[in-house]
Amino acid sequence: MSGPITVQLRFFASVREAVGTGGESLSTPAATASDLRDELIARGGGWAVSLARGKAVRVALDQRMLQDEHTPLTDGCEVAFFPPVTGG
Amino acid sequence: MANPRVSIQAHDFDVSAEIARLRAGDGGVGAVCSFIGTVRDRSDGRQVSAMELEHYPGMTEKSIEAMIDAAHQRFDIRAARVIHRVGPLMPQDQIVLVAVSSAHRGESFQACEFLMDYLKTEAPFWKKENTPEGARWVDARVTDDAAMARWGPAAT
Repeated sequence: MSGPITVQLRFFASVREAVGTGGESLSTPAATASDLRDELIARGGGWAVSLARGKAVRVALDQRMLQDEHTPLTDGCEVAFFPPVTGG
Repeated sequence: MANPRVSIQAHDFDVSAEIARLRAGDGGVGAVCSFIGTVRDRSDGRQVSAMELEHYPGMTEKSIEAMIDAAHQRFDIRAARVIHRVGPLMPQDQIVLVAVSSAHRGESFQACEFLMDYLKTEAPFWKKENTPEGARWVDARVTDDAAMARWGPAAT
């Protein structure tokens, strides 16, 4: 059985403002980015609002845009949550 | 010494100097295409007095480097250069430069637009505008996603 992993969380733009931090280190039982998102939503408040299902949230794993939130996480990985990008 | 292909910077850029560097020493270049994005003073009907650009340091550079690699695979281009500014910006300021060189114009025109469509939809930048009603994050545009989609699924 695999135990909890440590994940480096990053938040940007409106998500960062809603959750009140740019990032944190988290020990989590989450197997996928989707599990991790559910765990953060369960914290309530700005977490639940900004990461809510149905809301346009992009997820990056180790600084690559994830097309599928069910991608497995690995110990020590970096996971970022942010709104759709608006550069250029 | 190779010129950098990607720069994320707070300070302004000089388009002429960048294009001169892009094609310096390459006699095979017959065309240079560039796009410069600038800050508008109005957005969705509201006056914009200033803007703040946030990005994801590390991922930004890597993702644009990867897209320039993709542009080289897809189009017959000689070189490409992307500069994107971050931090506080004012209306009329330059935000972004994409410049591409090639032997003939068609390839650099297309590659320039391809890179710009990518920047709009995939590179981790976010704009926050100051308006008379307060600061607000700019919403992503559906038309940008459509522009990216026409390059096909292989683009991302």
